[in-house]
Amino acid sequence: MTKFMRRALESPKELAWLASKAALDSAEMSIDQVGCVVLGSAPDAFDGMHMKGEYLSDGCGGWRKPFLRCYVGGGTGVYAVAQGWFQVASGLFDVALVVCEEKMSHCQPHPQAAFRTIFDPITEQPLKPNLLWIFALEQNRYMQRHGITLEEIARVSVKNKRNALDHPAAQLGAQLTVKDVLASEVIAWPVHRLMVSPTSDGAAAVILAAEGVARRATSKPIWIQGVGWCLDSAYWTNRDLYYPEYVEKAAWMAYRVAGIREPRKEINIAEPYDPFAYKELHHLEGLQLAPKGQAPKLLADGVFDRNGNLPATPSGGLLGVGNPIAAAGTMKICELFWQLRGEAGPRQVPGKPERGVAQAWGDLMQVGSVVVCGTKEPG
Amino acid sequence: MKGEPKIVRGTSLDRAGRRKKQIFLASYVPRLRYTWDTGEAIGRYLAELKRGRLIARRCRKCDRAMIPPRMFCERCFRPTDDWVYVKDTGTVNTFSLCYVSWDVRRLKRPEIPAVIEIDGASAGMGILHILKKVEPRSVRIGMRVKAVWKPRSQRVGSITDIAYWEPLPLRGSKV
Repeated sequence: MTKFMRRALESPKELAWLASKAALDSAEMSIDQVGCVVLGSAPDAFDGMHMKGEYLSDGCGGWRKPFLRCYVGGGTGVYAVAQGWFQVASGLFDVALVVCEEKMSHCQPHPQAAFRTIFDPITEQPLKPNLLWIFALEQNRYMQRHGITLEEIARVSVKNKRNALDHPAAQLGAQLTVKDVLASEVIAWPVHRLMVSPTSDGAAAVILAAEGVARRATSKPIWIQGVGWCLDSAYWTNRDLYYPEYVEKAAWMAYRVAGIREPRKEINIAEPYDPFAYKELHHLEGLQLAPKGQAPKLLADGVFDRNGNLPATPSGGLLGVGNPIAAAGTMKICELFWQLRGEAGPRQVPGKPERGVAQAWGDLMQVGSVVVCGTKEPG
Repeated sequence: MKGEPKIVRGTSLDRAGRRKKQIFLASYVPRLRYTWDTGEAIGRYLAELKRGRLIARRCRKCDRAMIPPRMFCERCFRPTDDWVYVKDTGTVNTFSLCYVSWDVRRLKRPEIPAVIEIDGASAGMGILHILKKVEPRSVRIGMRVKAVWKPRSQRVGSITDIAYWEPLPLRGSKV
């Protein structure tokens, strides 16, 4: 992966190239061994490149190869890996290269204007909404339903930004206290500034290979054990936002494929999507890794710390490493890869984790995408 | 096979570099104009807004009265059946006090976006709108609100024909 940064010198194409080459180097493979290329990237409005998939294809190693772009909003970075898995698991290809790229600094002065277009053009956009609204509305509903405090939410920012200090690609690692987070500007109550991930430029890539190829490439392959995704209704004001049912459905799909019945016992490490602090807790509940409304308490008890029972976002997440939309989800898959191989350096969680789950989220509070990875080949 | 690369690649641009014009840039401001056709369901919704009324659409199979209205039920995946007038009062389902405008300017007085569950529609059926004429600190989930319509002459068939929503006086209290 590339560094995640406020503004990169490299063009989108160059960022995609750097991440793709790093993935190939890591697997000691050449582009000739890649059968197909899967690109994940957010709407064209962010890079300002119409037909961004075609524009990026050369940087992704897609020259004269079966190439496709997939997109499910913020859920893209994890979904793209599932999409790559389809290509290999179907038997069509032995090796798939999955690349996710985003360059948000192109949109001036701020990508907020691009985000505004996600709202319904007739019933919502005339109200001049901004993206913060939906997060603030959802966080408020979640807090109200369970009686959750802002202090409990702020702990996510503290943990993730601290974890990010150990990530070489991180944009916003920091040593903070709950007090610091709550003292930061209120931008859309109940959301404070330090509860929000930054806009970022960056790219991340992974190589997926069929069993035989993977075994020849390495003595320690990490297996994709399950994938799942689910989309809820775009009539988001007709849903109760306190709980992400679509994440639960996506998670159970992935767990079924992976043969998991009791996620809390069978998952050792989690990378839930954390574009805003409360989202990590919200998603841990959707992923069945905490009972509804209980994630804040487990966080306060240290369960989700890097040395806790169920480390959550040991990478530092979107809050700490950064949020180049699709690339952020793939960064979470990269983190599982390094953690499960025991190669995460100062970020390594103890206890030789055998199985991890990564999740991303997006569209109009609507999509959940989930991938389960592990050290054991699925049966 | 190697693990985490020791050096993560990519070059961050700092502000100093930008000021000194060491970077070549190309700029483009797209001038794109769109006109969206409202479709059947939202067309009627807007026409009723112009008349000062809210309308929903009912699916007889799941018995939901849905607002915003749609011509098909996304759950039953069949055509919806009836138009149903609903009230212009409702309950705050969730809200925010937003200190940033849509174009990222800071606001001294917050905007108060809210999801408002509409009386007469099925439970949980809300629309996005704005609250005004209320002290930000006193807004609560569960608060009862009513629509404040623009004068008839200023209504154009838009969601903004409702100027904003304001608190309903508590039952029994005098206005």
